Parts: sequence; structure tokens; C-alpha cells
Amino acid sequence: MNSTTNISLANKPKQNDPVMIELSGVSKEFVKPSGEVHTVLRNIDLQIGKGEFCSIVGPTGCGKSTTLSLVAGFDQPTNGTIKIQGETLQGMNQHAACVFQTENAFPWKTVIDNVSLGLTLRGVEKAEAYKEAKIWIERVGLKGFEKHYPHQLSGGMRKRVALAQCLIIQPQILLMDESFSALDVHTRSLMESELLTIWEETSASVIFITHDLEEAIALSDRVVVLTAGPAATIKGDYQIDLPRPRNVSEIRFDADFMRLHEQIWNDLRDEVMISYEQSNQS
Amino acid sequence: MSNPISLNNSLSSEPVSRLKEMRTKALKRRLRNLGLQIGVFIVIMGAWQLLANYKLIDPFFFSSPKAIFLQIIDWFQNGTSQGPLYTHFIVTFEETILSFVIGVILGIIAGYALGMSEVLSVIFGPYIQMLNALPRVVLAPIFILWLGLGMSSKVALGVTLTFFVVFFNAFQGVREVDRNLVNNARLLGANKRQLAVHVIIPSALTWILSSLHSSFGFALVGAVVGEFIGATKGLGFLISQAQGAFDTTGVFAAMVLLSITALIADWAVGRLEKRFIAWRNVRQD
Repeated sequence: MNSTTNISLANKPKQNDPVMIELSGVSKEFVKPSGEVHTVLRNIDLQIGKGEFCSIVGPTGCGKSTTLSLVAGFDQPTNGTIKIQGETLQGMNQHAACVFQTENAFPWKTVIDNVSLGLTLRGVEKAEAYKEAKIWIERVGLKGFEKHYPHQLSGGMRKRVALAQCLIIQPQILLMDESFSALDVHTRSLMESELLTIWEETSASVIFITHDLEEAIALSDRVVVLTAGPAATIKGDYQIDLPRPRNVSEIRFDADFMRLHEQIWNDLRDEVMISYEQSNQS
Repeated sequence: MSNPISLNNSLSSEPVSRLKEMRTKALKRRLRNLGLQIGVFIVIMGAWQLLANYKLIDPFFFSSPKAIFLQIIDWFQNGTSQGPLYTHFIVTFEETILSFVIGVILGIIAGYALGMSEVLSVIFGPYIQMLNALPRVVLAPIFILWLGLGMSSKVALGVTLTFFVVFFNAFQGVREVDRNLVNNARLLGANKRQLAVHVIIPSALTWILSSLHSSFGFALVGAVVGEFIGATKGLGFLISQAQGAFDTTGVFAAMVLLSITALIADWAVGRLEKRFIAWRNVRQD
């Protein structure tokens, strides 16, 4: 078992790849309506390589999603800088797309209009955009549903639309904000393995936010643990040296998986307990 | 090979008969409802007619369905004392449509602007609340003074009524747009104009369309009240003339015509609504 892990490590080209996303000394503060300053994130230093699949886990309300919205450019950090391919991020992140926990698809657009939107917004002609969209719709397994509206699709199918919508613009960064947490267990593991299949064909870096440690380990090259909020910061940073391609539904029974799970959980457990006690107090 | 085919046949024939059964049931239910609706009409109108015939209520004050019906026929055939019926009809209709269209357009523009801009909504918010709290009917005499007895004073009154209904809905619709959808579109590369076209307006449209029914009603109220207070044409003018001559039958007849107009308009707005939010009405198949 150990030997396979080592081989996979040696085979991995991603270790020495250039830095895609770089957060240095990033903190985020909000002013509450009561006038107090609420610190969400404090002193985050994080580098994510090109093509790296990095998960961020942490207890509820620790600022995982805030980190993501900073990288996406929805929000600006209070202190510190975010660099994308060496350039300081200002405004929207032009290289990123995001799969949200709730809906990505616009309910008033059909599947094909939803998927081709990223291209038409960039000025690609409609016929051309549709052609490209059809390829992506087929790739995520929604062929035949081009003219359907989102509310006619199941939760899992809507996530497929979201994936196609993001990937059609060939983003260098794919942000996923608890994207699969609203799905049922079976659909979820199906979507996880499809995500991996599609991702392995691209060179996109992924930031995957989740509260599910198993999901994080099964999918990622790397798992980052945040401390309990407020003022969350990075507690641990783990390389996941499991071989790829992975079978997401069965990897959970792998001895290496369990070893990693135990190791990271030891770190995460304390934070979850702190967070739980805080929520009980307030 | 024969087995699955026979299985298919037995499977397909059963739903067909079930479907037929369900259709006849639905048809029967509709017929029953229609019958009851007509029944209620007959009972009310019949009672009114009988009470008037036997002088249990004074026909001078309450008129009777038959008299009202004959009055409408007479207006159609011979015209009213104030000229042919259709001129009044057209005038009222034109005023209503004009104030509806202008009010809706202004309401959407203002709602969108204030919904998008924090500064504008802070500055103008209290003033709009204040104007909306004002009973608009008191503006009618002022509009008539400013704009005369013609159509424009009625349109102005109708606009002040419809504007606020549409405005508040457009404002709320713009405010209630899903933050994630906005962020998603921005990340996918939408500029301000594209954001409005692809996300904010379609999202607000459901709110705006639901306000059109009531705002059309208000447009009609504006036209009729304006005519009532001072005009030379229109259904409202007809009512006030009939009232001045103690002609209750005339008042009721004009009221019937008004409500028919309102019903037709309501149906048209309903069609418009269906057309614009088709994405909501498509059934899952």
C-alpha cells in the first residue's frame, strides 16, 4: 500500500507547478449593525498551485465561504493581498467560475441558454456559443434537456447545468462553495466522481469548500483546515497523496484514506468543539 | 420478442381508459361549476327584478335588471343623450390605456433606478412614501385646473395612481434578486448592462407583472374619477350626467359597461403575464 502512495507522489507533476492563487496576510472584517467590528478571517497565507485541487474545511461559520468570495472578487479583503497568477486581484476574478451551494442556473433561461451564457456575455456569437454549449451539455450528461427550464430538472441535474455553465468559459480557477451539500447521498457521490473525471481533463485549480471531511479527502490533492471563527485562520495543511484516478465511492474504505482522515479529524475535532460551544453560549 | 410487445399493449390500453375517465370527470366538474355560477347570477338578478316588479324596492332608486339591459341596448342603438355610446367608450378606454402604459413605464424606470442605487433610494424614499400616502383623488381638481377638461387631466390622474403600484413592485423585485445569481453572472463576465438584461430585469419581471392587474384597475379608476369631476366625454361623465338627471338606470348601465371593460382588460393582462413568464408556467413532463 505504501509503495503505491509513493509512486503516485512521484508521478504527480502538480507539486512544482507555478502558483495560481496566492493569499498573503489576508484578513476580513465587517462592521456589525451594532457598531462592533467582527473579524471573520485573520492572517490567511495560502498558495494554491496551477491545477491543484484544494479543499477548505472547518466548522460552521468559520469563514470558508468568505475566503471563497474574496478569491472570486465578490468582496475585498480588509488587509493583505490576493494575487492571481502573480497579479493583484482587483474587482471580479476574470479567471474564475463558481458553483454555488444554491442555484447557479437562471430560472428564466433554458438549459442551453444557461450553459452558453458565459460565452454570449463575452461576445461570442449565439450560433457558435450554442455549438459549444451542446458539447458541454453532452459532457455533463444532459443531452436532450437543452430546451428544459431549470425547475423541470432534478437537483443533481441542476448541478450538472451549473458545472457546464462554469466550465464552458474554461476557467483557470473553479470555485466550489459547498456545491454538493444540498444533494442526496447517492447523487452526491455520483456528482463527485463526475467532477473528478471532468476536472482531470482540464488544468483548472479548484478551491472546494465543504464541511464534509470525507468528501474533501476523497476529492482533493490538499486539505486546508480552518480554526473556529471568529477570526479564523489556517490550522493545518495536509497533502492528500492518494493515487488518481480515484474511485470516490470506494476510496473511503482505503487504509491510506482512513489514516489521513484520522489525522485531519484530530485537528478539526477541536475546532468543531469550540465552534459548538460558542453556538451554545450565544 | 412477442412477450414484451403484448406487455406493452396491456400497459398502454389501461392508461388510455384511465385518461378518458379522468377527462370526463374534469369536464363534469367544470360544467357543474359553470352551472352554479350561472345559477347565482339568475337568483340575484331574478330577485332584484321581482322585488322591483312588485314595488318592494323603489324602481326609481334601484332600477331593475331589465331596465338596465334595455337602457344599454338603447344606448347602443340610438346613442346616449350626450352623443353616441362608442365615443364615450373609446375616450375612457384611451385614457385608461394611456395612463396604464405611461404609469407602468415610469414605475419600472423609477423602481429600477431606486432599486439599483442606494443613494437615490435614500434621497427619494421618504418623498415617494409621502406622495403615496396622499389620497390621489384630491389631485383630480388640480389636474383639471392645470390641464383642462380634456383627456390629459384624466391621464395625469391615472398615471399618479398606477405609477406607485408598479414602482413599489419593481423596486422590491430589483431588491430581491438572488445575490448568488448576480454574483454568478458577474463572475461569468457580465457588465452592468448585461447584468440588467440577463438577471435583474427578468427576475424583477415576476414582481412587476403581478402588479399589472391591480395597476390596470387603478388606471381605470383614474380615468373614471377624472371624468366624474370634470369632463365632456367618457363613461364616468355619462355616470355623472345620469346621476344629475336622477336616472339610476343610466348609472347602473354605465357601471355594467365599465365592469365589462375591466374584465376584458384583466383577461388581456393575464395573457400578457403568461407570455412573459412562460418559464414559470411550463409544467414538468
